Amino acid sequence: MSLLIKNAIIINADRMHKEPQDILIEKGTIVKIGKGISADGTKVFDAAGKLVFPGLIDMHVHLREPGREDKETIETGSRAAAKGGFTTVLCMPNTTPVIDNAMIVEAILKEARRVGLVNVIPVGAITRGQNGEELTDMFELKQAGCLALSDDGKTVGNSRLMRLAMEYSRMTGLFLIEHCQDPDLWCKGVMNEGDVSTVLGLKGDPGISETVIVGRDIELARYLNARIHLAHMSLKRSVELIRFAKSQGIAVTAEACPHHFTLTDEAVKTFDTNTKVNPPLRTREDVDAIKEGLKDGTIDCIVTDHAPHTAEEKEMDYDHAPYGMIGLETAVGLTVTELVEKKVLSWTQMAERMSAAPARIAGLANKGVIREGADADITIIDPEKVWEVRKEDIVSKSKNSPFIGRKLKGAVVTTIYGGKITYQSS
Amino acid sequence: MTTEWTHKDLLDVKDLSREEIELVLETAKSFKEVSARDVKKVPALRGKTVVMLFFENSTRTRASFELAAKRLSADTINISAGGSSLSKGETVLDTARNLEAMNIDAIVVRHPSSGVPDVLARHLKAVVINAGDGCRAHPTQALLDLFTIKEKLGKIDGLKVGIVGDILHSRVARSNIWGFNKLGARVTVCGPSTLMPPGVEKLGIKVTNDIDELIRESDVLMLLRLQKERQENQFLPSVREYAKRFGVNQERLKQAKKDIVIMHPGPTNRGVELSAEVADGEYSVILDQVTNGVAVRMAVLYLLLGKGKSKVEEGNV
Repeated sequence: MSLLIKNAIIINADRMHKEPQDILIEKGTIVKIGKGISADGTKVFDAAGKLVFPGLIDMHVHLREPGREDKETIETGSRAAAKGGFTTVLCMPNTTPVIDNAMIVEAILKEARRVGLVNVIPVGAITRGQNGEELTDMFELKQAGCLALSDDGKTVGNSRLMRLAMEYSRMTGLFLIEHCQDPDLWCKGVMNEGDVSTVLGLKGDPGISETVIVGRDIELARYLNARIHLAHMSLKRSVELIRFAKSQGIAVTAEACPHHFTLTDEAVKTFDTNTKVNPPLRTREDVDAIKEGLKDGTIDCIVTDHAPHTAEEKEMDYDHAPYGMIGLETAVGLTVTELVEKKVLSWTQMAERMSAAPARIAGLANKGVIREGADADITIIDPEKVWEVRKEDIVSKSKNSPFIGRKLKGAVVTTIYGGKITYQSS
Repeated sequence: MTTEWTHKDLLDVKDLSREEIELVLETAKSFKEVSARDVKKVPALRGKTVVMLFFENSTRTRASFELAAKRLSADTINISAGGSSLSKGETVLDTARNLEAMNIDAIVVRHPSSGVPDVLARHLKAVVINAGDGCRAHPTQALLDLFTIKEKLGKIDGLKVGIVGDILHSRVARSNIWGFNKLGARVTVCGPSTLMPPGVEKLGIKVTNDIDELIRESDVLMLLRLQKERQENQFLPSVREYAKRFGVNQERLKQAKKDIVIMHPGPTNRGVELSAEVADGEYSVILDQVTNGVAVRMAVLYLLLGKGKSKVEEGNV
C-alpha cells in the first residue's frame, strides 16, 4: 500500500513550508518528502490549494461503547473522528462498565482495530468504577494499552487519594487527566453561575468549582514533582492559574474545547439543551481568556470533549437533559473560523494545538509531525471552503450539536490514517 | 388604548412592553366586574379548550386559571404530572404534542424546570401560558400583583417596592422585578446573602440585608414564602433565625409608612416570613391578590385566545 500526495503545503508545528512538496507514503509510514517525487503504480493524490497537517489528535472523546451504544459506538465515533480530520483519539473511561481493567481496554482496542478508521487509545480510570475510593491497577492498564488515566465526568474529590494517584501513576509512566470540578461547589449546576443564570433562574455552576481543583492539582503536582493534565478548561481564572504554574516550572498541561472558545452562556437563553455542557459555557471574558491562553501556549491543546447523547435525552427539560455536545465533526471548522481567521492562531500554531502538542503530552513519538519516518497520519484541509453544519450531514450516531445551522470556514478534505484514506469529502 | 396584543404566548413579563402590561391591567379591570356578578360568566371563549398541564403541585394558581377559563366559557381539562404519561418516560414535548393533536387551543403550563414553556411555545401552534417555570418566571403572578397595587395606591410609577425572602429560588421575584422596572417603580430586594442570586443588582434594583430600613422606606412590601428545604440544604442556619431577622411582625411594621401595602403570593408560612397579625392585618392585601388573580388570568386568556386572535383571523380573511 503506497500513496503519493502531490503539491502539499505542509504545516508542521515548527514550520510552514511555503513551497509545495510531495509526500510519499509506504506501508503506513512517510518514507520521502521532496519535490517532484514520482512513483510508478502508486495512487496519487493532488493536494494543490490545500493545507496538509500532521494527523489531528483529540485527547478527549466519549465513544460510549461499551454500555451506551444507543448514543455512539466505536464504529460511528471512529467515522465521525475521521470525518473531523482526526487520526488518533483518546476515549474517556466513563463507559458502562468503566474502563478500569485490562479486559475492557483490550475489548475496545480490538473493536477499534476492526473498524480501522482511527487510532483509539483508551483512557483508564484513576479509581475503580470511577467511585473515587480505591485506585485502579495502573500497571495492568498501562500494559493493556492505556497512556493516561482519568475519572473524567467527575473530579477525584478526595485530595489525599489524588495525591496517591499522582505518586503511584508516576511510577507506571501513565499521566493523569483531571476533570476539574469540586463536587460540593458544583452542586449539579446546569449552566454558568452569573448574570445569565440569575435571569433564567437555572441552577448555576460557580466557576470556583473549577478553579479550586485547578489550584489544588497544581499544588499537588508542585509538591510531588508530578505531572497533571487539566481537562476542558473553561475560565479566565483557570488560564491565569495555569500560566502562573507554568512560570514556576510546574509540570502542568491543559486543554480547551471549541465550544468554550466560541459560545458564551448567552446561548443558554434559548433553553436549547444542546447548549448544556459540563463545564458550562462561560462569559465573554472567559472566552477571550481561553483564546489568549491558546495563543500564548498556556493552554496546550484543543480537544472536543465529544459527548454524544440521544435526541430523546436532549428533548428533556434543561434541568434533566444530560450534559455534553458532540464535537468531532466541527472542531476544524470552529478552530479555523474562530481562531485562525481571527488571527488568534497561525496555521503552524493550529498544527501545534491539534496535533504536535497532544502527541507530545500523550507520548506518541511518531505522530504529530510530517517528516520522513513518521507515521502516515495526515489531515488535508481546505482553508477557504465555507460550509454549513447540517444535521443530516452528521455521521456521529447522535446529533446533539449547538452549532447546527452555523456557517464555518475551513473544511477537512481528506484524512489519512496509517497510510490509508479514512475520509474523503464528496 | 391603542395597544394591540401581538404575542402568541405569555412566557415572561420580561418580553412585554409597558403598554402591553397596561393593556392586561386595563382588560383585567373589566373582567373583575364579571366575577362580582350573580352570573359569573361571559361567552368570550366559548368553544375554546384550555389544558392545565401541571408538573408541580399548585392549588391556587391552577384553581385561579381554571376559574378564569370557565368564567370566559372555555372548556378546561387538568393534567398533573403524577397522572400523565410523563412518569412513563414520555418527554414534556411529546406530552404536549399529543395534547395538541386533540385540537386544544391553549396550554397553561407549570414545570419545575426553567424554560419548559418556551420550548413548548416554540414547537406548538397552541397558545402557551407560563404558570410558573423553575425559578425563572411566573408572569400572571406579577401581573396580578401590579393590578392589586394599582388598585390600592392608584399608580405604580415612582413607588418604592421591597421584595423580601429567598430571591435566589423565586420566580415570583424575578417576574415582579421585570414588571416593576417596566412600570417605573423602584425595587429593593432583601434577604439572606446566601439566597441572593449573583449579580441581581444588575437588573436595575437595590439589594439590602436590612429589613428594618426597607420597611421604613417602602410603599409596598412583598414577602416571599420561605421553603423549609432551604435550611436542609444549608442555605440558612435555621428557620428560627430567619423568622427573627427577616420576618415581618406588628412590632416591625410600626416603623412603616401609614399606607404601606403588604403582599404575599401565597401560600404563607405564618410565623416565618410574616406573623398572623400582619397577614390578616389592615395593610395586608393578600386576599385581594387572590381575587384579582382570577381577573388578570381572564384578561390574559382573553387577549391570547379571544380578541387578539380574532383580529388576526379577520385580517387574514
